[in-house]
Amino acid sequence: MNLLAYLSGEDGRNILSGLLNTCLLWAVGSGLGTIFGFLIAVARRYGPRPLDYLLQAGVEVIRGTPFLVQIYLLYFGGPYLCLSLGEASACLTLDPLEAGILGLSVYGAAYYSELFRAGFDAIPRGHIEAATTVGLNRWQTLTRIILPEMTMLVLPSMVNMTILMLKETAVLSIISVKELKFQVDIIGNRDYAFVESFTILALVYWALVEVCGVLGRAAERRLSRYRFAHS
Amino acid sequence: MSWELFWLLVEASGLTILYSAISIAIGFLLASGICAAMLSAHRGAATAGRLFVSFFRGTPLLIQLLLVYYLLPKIGLNVSSEIAAILALSLCTAAYQAEILRGGFQSVPKGLIEAADMCGLSAFSTFRRIRLPVAVRLTLPALTSEAIMLLKSSSLISVVGVVELTTMAKDLASSTYQPLPIFAAAGLVYLIINLVVAGFGRLAERAAKRGHA
Repeated sequence: MNLLAYLSGEDGRNILSGLLNTCLLWAVGSGLGTIFGFLIAVARRYGPRPLDYLLQAGVEVIRGTPFLVQIYLLYFGGPYLCLSLGEASACLTLDPLEAGILGLSVYGAAYYSELFRAGFDAIPRGHIEAATTVGLNRWQTLTRIILPEMTMLVLPSMVNMTILMLKETAVLSIISVKELKFQVDIIGNRDYAFVESFTILALVYWALVEVCGVLGRAAERRLSRYRFAHS
Repeated sequence: MSWELFWLLVEASGLTILYSAISIAIGFLLASGICAAMLSAHRGAATAGRLFVSFFRGTPLLIQLLLVYYLLPKIGLNVSSEIAAILALSLCTAAYQAEILRGGFQSVPKGLIEAADMCGLSAFSTFRRIRLPVAVRLTLPALTSEAIMLLKSSSLISVVGVVELTTMAKDLASSTYQPLPIFAAAGLVYLIINLVVAGFGRLAERAAKRGHA
């Protein structure tokens, strides 16, 4: 099989657009997941008790069910989920890409929120008490003590989770999101080259994951000045 | 959604549990070997172990699954899609379990091993009485999470046509035009299974801790 032939012309363009879509899903899913995950963690820690229980239940449901089933529920079940106000009614009808981004963000938010929650819990109480004693207010304590220390604590698991998010984007090809696996699949099916196409896909994802891991370790080294010794 | 439909999902979940349990067991056996290779002084074996773990943790399970599914017939092994699916799941979970076990064995305090040496325990006795029990105790929570991860990932084998919970949910959803309640019910069944597994994990942790500080 002449691999280079696939990288030019129509096939090459499709593969490139698939790769871009994968990166888009990965970036947007991880980004929104991190933001919402952080908000969930903050709401659970500082919000009222019933909100904590409600969010905990939501997080457990997302973490306890397969991503594929969540995506099926959203993509196939969404159009049946309607909200009607008098005459007007709106249903959750999503195209594959929208369903993919929404599903990935919700899935990510549940996992990221648990990482942040563990990060909050791992900051020694003494540090926060010390900050209060020297006269820092709550906002200063958050931005100067809690966030920097937590960044260092959660970074390794954040990198792991972000790698997991990349791997989950491949699942979205099942609901025909036109990402990398979907595009390469089409070519593999057309040319009856299944093993070749999946081998190449595996190598591409592997390379992306390794790059992500290297970048994560570099970030850890750079941020190591925030590391503190555990008592 | 009727009870008959829900019961069909519960029945299909038996297959999900079966395939997952077989894969976790095979994966554990493979993982023990890979972990031993990674921790061995033999450079080649250590590198091969690390490469295996890196590949199977660095690629999407869906792609591993399809690769195994299409590769086996090509190299002359005409096996059913169930066998191909179990093989792919086993290889994937083996990589994750090997990494967990490696972490566990490396976290066994050096002082314990030195103390065992001082008491004159042989290398085998040290392994059986000190390193293994301590490592098992340290890795049980992570191994339980991995079992739950695999149970959830096993929904992907529906893609190669293996009948299990997700396949059944998808068939029922398209034949009854009720995707919303059926996928929600399938999610509920997965959730219940995972809660039970998590409960067993906690029981096992408590049993392993008994008699230890």
